[in-house]
Amino acid sequence: MGKHVLLVEDETNIIEAIQFLLSREGWQVDTHSDGATAVDKVRNMRPDLVVLDYMLPGKNGIDILTELRADPDFERLPVLMLTARGQSRDRDLAERAGVSRFMTKPFSNTEVVTAVRDLVQLAQ
Amino acid sequence: MISVNQLVAVSLVYVAFLFAIAFFAERASVRGRSGWLRSPLVYTLSLSIYCTAWTFYGAVGYAARSGMEFVTIYLGPSLVMIGWWWVLRKLVRIGRAQRATSVADLISARYGKSNLLAIVVTLMAVVGVTPYIALQLQSVTLSVSIFSDPVQTDGLSQSTATFWVACGLAIFTVLFGTRNLNANERHDGVVIAIAVEAVVKLIALLAVGIFVVWGIAGGIGPMLERIDSSPIGEWSMDRSRWVALTALSAAAFLALPRMFQVMVVENDDERHLQIASWAFPLYLMLMSLFVVPIAVIGLDILPPGSNPDLFVLTVPLAEGQGGLATLSFLGGFSSATSMVIVATLALSTMVSNHIVMPIWLSTQAEGAQVSGDVRNVVILARRASILLIIFFGYLYYRLSGGGAALAAIGLISFVGVAQFLPAMLGGIFWRGATRWGALAGLVVGFTVWVFCSLLPSFGPDAVLSASVFDNGIAGMGWLRPQALFGVEGIDPTVHAIVWSITLNMVAFLGVSIVTFPQPLERLQGAQFVNVFDHSAQARGWDAAPATSEDLMVMAQRILGPDDALALFRAEAQRQGVTGHLPEPTQGFLQALERELAGSVGSATAHAMISQLVGGASVSVEDLMAVADESAQILEYSNRLEAKSAELSRTARKLREANEKLTALSVQKDAFLGQISHELRTPMTSIRSFSEILRDTDELEQSEKTKYASIIHGETIRLTRLLDDLLDLSVLENGQVSLNLDTGNLNDVIGQAVLSAGGDRSTRLTVRHEQAGVDRPLTTDLDRLRQVFINLITNAQKYCDAPEPELRIDVMDRGDGLQVVFHDNGTPIPSEARSLIFEKFSRINDKDGSGAGLGLAICREIMARLGGDITHEPRADGNAFVVHLPVRAALAAQ
Repeated sequence: MGKHVLLVEDETNIIEAIQFLLSREGWQVDTHSDGATAVDKVRNMRPDLVVLDYMLPGKNGIDILTELRADPDFERLPVLMLTARGQSRDRDLAERAGVSRFMTKPFSNTEVVTAVRDLVQLAQ
Repeated sequence: MISVNQLVAVSLVYVAFLFAIAFFAERASVRGRSGWLRSPLVYTLSLSIYCTAWTFYGAVGYAARSGMEFVTIYLGPSLVMIGWWWVLRKLVRIGRAQRATSVADLISARYGKSNLLAIVVTLMAVVGVTPYIALQLQSVTLSVSIFSDPVQTDGLSQSTATFWVACGLAIFTVLFGTRNLNANERHDGVVIAIAVEAVVKLIALLAVGIFVVWGIAGGIGPMLERIDSSPIGEWSMDRSRWVALTALSAAAFLALPRMFQVMVVENDDERHLQIASWAFPLYLMLMSLFVVPIAVIGLDILPPGSNPDLFVLTVPLAEGQGGLATLSFLGGFSSATSMVIVATLALSTMVSNHIVMPIWLSTQAEGAQVSGDVRNVVILARRASILLIIFFGYLYYRLSGGGAALAAIGLISFVGVAQFLPAMLGGIFWRGATRWGALAGLVVGFTVWVFCSLLPSFGPDAVLSASVFDNGIAGMGWLRPQALFGVEGIDPTVHAIVWSITLNMVAFLGVSIVTFPQPLERLQGAQFVNVFDHSAQARGWDAAPATSEDLMVMAQRILGPDDALALFRAEAQRQGVTGHLPEPTQGFLQALERELAGSVGSATAHAMISQLVGGASVSVEDLMAVADESAQILEYSNRLEAKSAELSRTARKLREANEKLTALSVQKDAFLGQISHELRTPMTSIRSFSEILRDTDELEQSEKTKYASIIHGETIRLTRLLDDLLDLSVLENGQVSLNLDTGNLNDVIGQAVLSAGGDRSTRLTVRHEQAGVDRPLTTDLDRLRQVFINLITNAQKYCDAPEPELRIDVMDRGDGLQVVFHDNGTPIPSEARSLIFEKFSRINDKDGSGAGLGLAICREIMARLGGDITHEPRADGNAFVVHLPVRAALAAQ
């Protein structure tokens, strides 16, 4: 399918895992580990989907998502948010900010891959 | 011989002259140039209304009849002025402070502003002064008759003359005295006219005296010889009469309404009393200087049976001195007119303020709030009162037959007004004096006076039958007017004085002692008795219901629109609300009451303001209720205040507790979020890679190894994290047990460097100079080593210098040791410095291997060991300073 996925994550090992999983499914995966510059990265790269970590250095996932949704270009951009903070408050915040899908770490590989596929299909 | 017509013409010219003086004086006063009008001299001269026609004509007659006794009439006032000036001063101070308009007003004000008392005093004053006015009418008539054709001086024409004299005096008084309404707005014109008249009568009497001594007798020596050979020279003193008459004239001087008018009401400056205290006795002395010579010469040269009361006129006439006689006539005329003017003025003020106004007010449904101008009513009442009083005088003159000696009539009056004295003096010196006491004294004294002095003065069978004189009322011997209680053989005048004043005082004292003063009486009593302590304060008003508009309307009606406006404007300015009506404050109401009291008397003014303000009277219960209520309110408000303070304290505590809880909850949330993140992150990798390993068949061996080692590393990270967490938890809860041991600090540092530097992959150079301090140390050496290792590994991880270097120095600080870990990396940004010792704070954590608990643990350990750890930024890096007490462990726990 040759679709672009941007993975915004600061944990090296998790980057490696997700990159492995999505590349195997045929996705072209770009990674970015700095929260502060993540929005610019999305603007430049214009990915088909963003996998977004919650806790990032510089700027957290919720703020990045809110900023993206404020831009008409990324209103409908599928965003899969992953978080290691297992609190329900965070899910509420993310949904209010307009997240497409919210998953808690540790995740099941299958679920992540399925979610990415579904979200991209839904967006088309 | 001077004809009556000429005399009338001279009198009219003289009256016109007085009018002119009064007119110019008032105009000067209005223009504010009244300084000279208010000099001590004018004040002293105005006091000379004491010397009426009685003293002018009568003193000579008195001397001709009773020798030196006439001196008592001058002695009493002189003694008062010289010896009792302090009483006068107090009287003047009180009168001015209370704005008393008359004797009645003063007594009424003293006894709780009682209108009943005011009415009684007014009636007594009218009755008491009436003979005195009759006396003036008689003397003027007599003096005129001297000049008239003897053929026409039959009874009818004489009483006709008296009638016309009365009419003239009435018109004169009305025109003079009622131009101003406010009795306390002093009568400048009247006072100056009186002063002029005082001069005229003194000059007249002196002129006659000088003529008699030098013109007739031929000098002082021959004069004295003639006196010695005359009946007056053989006069012997009747001690009881002398004392009684002196006391009486002193009392009358204080209590006479007209004296009160000039002495207190017209007083402009208390200090004038000081000069008057010697100047007035001097005046009296001059007035009495030639009385005896004139009497002696009169008795000598005039035919027997001539009226000695007229010697002052008849002696010059007999000698053909028409001009001197005319001057003498003017002197007598002055004496009579000045007395009548001031006396009727004083009485009319009393009558209108205490009788007419209260009646008029009570007939008005709304009191002061009726339509119409109260001023007109007051002026009308005063004018009517003047006419009425002079008419009474005329009536008395007709009834008493006009035959009695002038001095005798004067004494009757004196005894009458002397009845005021106990209530007056008692009121200003004795706080125990009560309204009922004053009333009882006045009524008893007055009754005795009427029975023993006034009624007998009409002569037997005029009012009292001759049998009453001889046998008493209804045959009761102890009720004889001139021998009360069977005490006989006393001079009738002395008898009347002694009994009336004695019984008056007994009643006054007795009833005062057994009755209880009303609150208002107490307040007023205190103000009167202690007038020198507080001259300004009067009793208070509860001003709430009084509206300024109502007060203004009332004040305008009484004071006149202009004066009322000026008063209100001044008050508004004082209150700082210029252009608006002033607030009815207590002070203003009191001032207003005093101002109104000047016009309508204090009792009426009080009543008027009462009606507006609402509190008609003040009783003990009211006062107690008010006091009680305010005390309750005060207590209640105190309680409320305490309660509210307590509430706000509680609220503050709650708020603080809540804030603490919220902060704790936020901290807990943050902590849990952090823990969750720190635990889930390695677990994510572990799960993900283990699933990859499980589910992916075509993995190469290198990949398998890589993923397995990731899993392995993350497991170790997880374990370390859990260890740290447990460690921190134990440290924070203080449950840590320390293994105390004694060792060398440099050894501990060395071991730490070895442990941390075991991993040779780092480029960090550690320099540990072992020289310097070498002290044995008792502490938990393992924990200390943990701190040092942590600091060294942090430097290994975070020191970003091209050639990272860590220098470890030990310093002896006396009370302890200091170990400084000084690296050459980028200094920690100032905003992050306060955070580095907090849990999960990771500054610039590149590989994410730390959970951010290291420094937090170090801080906890150092606290347990009794020392601490701080961060000091250095120009070339960071310094972590560990402070250690020499016996570290003892400080802990």
